[in-house]
Amino acid sequence: MTAAGPDEFRASFFEECEELLEAMHDGFGKMLDDAADAETIHVIFRAVHSIKGGAGAFGLDALVAFAHHFETALDRVRSGKSESTDALLALFQHCGDHLSDLVAAARSDQPVDSEQAQLLGQQLDAVIGPVNGTRDEVSDAAETFVPMTLDLGAFGGPEPTPMAAARQGFTISFTADPELFSSGNEPALLFRALDRFGTTSIAADTADVPPLSALDASMSTMAWTIELETEVAEDVIRDVFDFVSDCASVSILPLVGPDVGPVLPNPGATVARSNVPDAFEAPDSFPASLADPIAEPRVGTPEDAPGATVGSGKPGASPSVTGPASPQTIRVDFERVDKLINLVGELVIKEAMLSQAVGMLDLPTGNDVLQELDGLKQLAGEIQEGVMAIRAQPVKPLFQRMARTIRDASSLTGKRVRLVMKGETTEVDKTVLERLVDPLNHMIRNAVDHGLEATEKRRQAGKNPEGTVTLSAAHRSGRVIIEVSDDGGGINREKVRKLAEDKGLVAPGAILNAAEIDALLFMPGFSSKDEVSELSGRGVGLDVVRSEINALGGRMSISSELGKGTVFSISLPLTLAVLEGMVVEVAGQTMVVPITAIQETLQPSTAQIHTIGCGSRVLSIREGLVPLADLGAIFGFRETPVDLTDHVLLVIETETERRCALIVDGLQDQRQVVIKSLETNYTQVDGIAAATILGDGRIALIVDPEGIVGGIAPVPVSLGRPPHTDPVEGENLVTA
Amino acid sequence: MSLTVLAIDDSRTMRNLLSAALGRVGYSVDLAEDGEAGLERFAATDPDVVITDINMPNLDGFGFIEAARKLDRNRVVPILVLTTESAPELRARARQAGATGWIVKPFDDERLVWAIERVANTEGRE
Amino acid sequence: MSQHDAKSKLGDQEVVAFRVAGQDFCFDIMSVREIRGWTETTTLPHAQSYVKGVINLRGSVVPVVDLSDRLGFGPTDPCARHVIIITVVDGQTIGLLADVVSDILAVSEAAMHAVPDMVSDQVKAFISGVVLVEDRMIRRLDLSRVVPRAGLEAA
Repeated sequence: MTAAGPDEFRASFFEECEELLEAMHDGFGKMLDDAADAETIHVIFRAVHSIKGGAGAFGLDALVAFAHHFETALDRVRSGKSESTDALLALFQHCGDHLSDLVAAARSDQPVDSEQAQLLGQQLDAVIGPVNGTRDEVSDAAETFVPMTLDLGAFGGPEPTPMAAARQGFTISFTADPELFSSGNEPALLFRALDRFGTTSIAADTADVPPLSALDASMSTMAWTIELETEVAEDVIRDVFDFVSDCASVSILPLVGPDVGPVLPNPGATVARSNVPDAFEAPDSFPASLADPIAEPRVGTPEDAPGATVGSGKPGASPSVTGPASPQTIRVDFERVDKLINLVGELVIKEAMLSQAVGMLDLPTGNDVLQELDGLKQLAGEIQEGVMAIRAQPVKPLFQRMARTIRDASSLTGKRVRLVMKGETTEVDKTVLERLVDPLNHMIRNAVDHGLEATEKRRQAGKNPEGTVTLSAAHRSGRVIIEVSDDGGGINREKVRKLAEDKGLVAPGAILNAAEIDALLFMPGFSSKDEVSELSGRGVGLDVVRSEINALGGRMSISSELGKGTVFSISLPLTLAVLEGMVVEVAGQTMVVPITAIQETLQPSTAQIHTIGCGSRVLSIREGLVPLADLGAIFGFRETPVDLTDHVLLVIETETERRCALIVDGLQDQRQVVIKSLETNYTQVDGIAAATILGDGRIALIVDPEGIVGGIAPVPVSLGRPPHTDPVEGENLVTA
Repeated sequence: MSLTVLAIDDSRTMRNLLSAALGRVGYSVDLAEDGEAGLERFAATDPDVVITDINMPNLDGFGFIEAARKLDRNRVVPILVLTTESAPELRARARQAGATGWIVKPFDDERLVWAIERVANTEGRE
Repeated sequence: MSQHDAKSKLGDQEVVAFRVAGQDFCFDIMSVREIRGWTETTTLPHAQSYVKGVINLRGSVVPVVDLSDRLGFGPTDPCARHVIIITVVDGQTIGLLADVVSDILAVSEAAMHAVPDMVSDQVKAFISGVVLVEDRMIRRLDLSRVVPRAGLEAA
């Protein structure tokens, strides 16, 4: 390829590959679910074909070779020559996975071990029959040119030019068939193309042109003789006539001397030759012997034996419905979107600052300024939503990657697994999607490796020997919930607990409820397998997964039933940047509590506060007793006040449906706050979700309700002390 | 006026490459992503030459050529077919559909232009 | 930032020199992003005592380390006259609280020396050498020891 050309489109090509691979995997999924239509296999074929085409342009040989092999096999299925059994589809999926690998390797310039390609190639061959292993000659260089017939017959042969001086070059005789014209070729252009090789002189022979009355336009009657003085070789000249080799008669003789050049018979052309005078049919009816290969479905491949009959290929090309019309899209630089999102964040802050400043002015209600400010706030909110939606993408490609992980895990462990996906169209911010790959991969491998029992064991338990892993995504109350669940053996809590005791994570004899035992799995270095399994990796435990999720502003929880299965649930903020929050005062500090967690706020009466057990206090409300938690004490700002009557209590309920009442000193107001990361330049702080910038430019920390309630935050256990089952106000809940 | 080319291919990468290669030699390039869209552009813009892929959704290359040939026009527009194989059967099939010539992928910019020069008047419309 | 010594030669390194608790310190100017006056910090729960809190640096949350406390000289009671030197250490933006920035110097190889014994052990842990400028001994801070990535986490 021209050096200047392809590189600028390399990145775009790999992006296109991603889309094509997705369409391909989609197609396989549909076929396996029996939800495919007639177009599905064509979509799959085209995807692989297009990857091959582009790869060729960038010289990615390994990719081209495998894609070609794969495409050839796919073509047999789409032309109906091979049946698409489940086994074959499974093989195709593996091939699709390998294709993805090759694309990834090509993208990052990594070498690829050819073993897998060979292995798959053999399997493809075995299932389908010998496929032409060698790549077709894909150059249309002159070497593949089919020699022309030297025809001295009906159309008049060349008169050898008597040689005066020794001229180097050729005498070319040219006669065109009607097909030549109806196919859009023009002798004049071909002759002019000869110009670039030397000097030409052209003579037309109209001797055989009948008078006008007898003229049959479909019959070729013009002949030309061209003398070309040139130094190039004969095959270069032949190449000029490449397109018309089957619908013209061309003879090329050297200019030197009267000797007739070698006769080069062309069997195919000979057949065509003799038929043309008789059959001036429309171009689409060809002589029988050549017609057979054409009776194939639309696209023949080199492997098709001539004369083979058609399978299911549709000769007509009725537009098939591939789904709802795809929305118009434009491609935007990621950086631009990021910049825009930051600016919108600043807009929200500025609006807040403006509101505050205006608030100071104490304007009468109904004042224009206040009204316009309200409108501005509204507008800013809408812009923000719109901008955040730009970066939102469906989780489907992410889930498809997980399908790959399942296939690999299934092979590796020898367990039969199928993946069920739900809610793939749920949209999540793109940056979040990327950061979910590792955690989800780990959880999926975990589910297959540890969650699912061995096939035999499942059979004995009366379960379907094939295990099911379900991956789902949904929007729920302002967050995105992603769940990985398996129908395996569930968490053996006795075992977990024992192991925790052995490792000294839990005091012997400590009382832990189910949720707390489950929470132990998140402790560093915890693994319930004695031998580190090859699949789940050495030492990478759920603690790493959870901290990755936390860093995204999300949280994880587990629920499990022995014998039935386990569910890992990830809850993520819908947008990274903004949160509706209640700004509060605590011990002189300004903090923010997410609105979504707040159930009610109240100023308690002494009657509502009760002391239980070892000094912890609870709030009595309609729904029952709720433990108190003093933000001031939890964060080390102060000792918990005794008299709470002039404090405010915020009753919160977390994602995991745990409740407590937060003690704060006062409420400021409710507003949208822009979330700023604390981890970027610092670290995560237990009980704190993130930071925000207030209207006056100061930073306020955003409280993490789940962390406060101590749901799955590190259980505050230490050697020798039994853990509490409820968060205790005033006590330093969070182990720093 | 420079030569106008209509290039039809469902692969975005191919469209990019064709557009760049042809633009470099000063041709004016119009793009379409399948045979149907190709027919629309063909009718609307009356290009000097068409380059089309074969495997495309909605209407494939052969379908496009056959439909294009049926249109009532005062000349037969040269149509080049993009193919990854150069097997005789494929060429014959292309010829049967009414193709003028073919370009094999991966294409060399020079051969691309060379193919166009042999079927279209590159000195502009008469 | 750009008022550097016009006499700087090739092979010289530019450092920013400042004072903390009456002593002179410096570090490579390439780590410095900007120098700001003191602003109120927001307290971080359960932070190390030498982490004063966080400030808003044009929309980013940046922690501030009290160098005096960190180096063992006791906590600073900051006021408007103090400065925060904004640096980048191991990819994180950190603010360093100091008394005053005194100079930006071009330091030649010749002027750099190993840490002499007279420097207290406590300070030794954080410095990688000393620089002799005129008759001052300026201790060269090793930022990655002052602000270890793991060390900023609450203990």
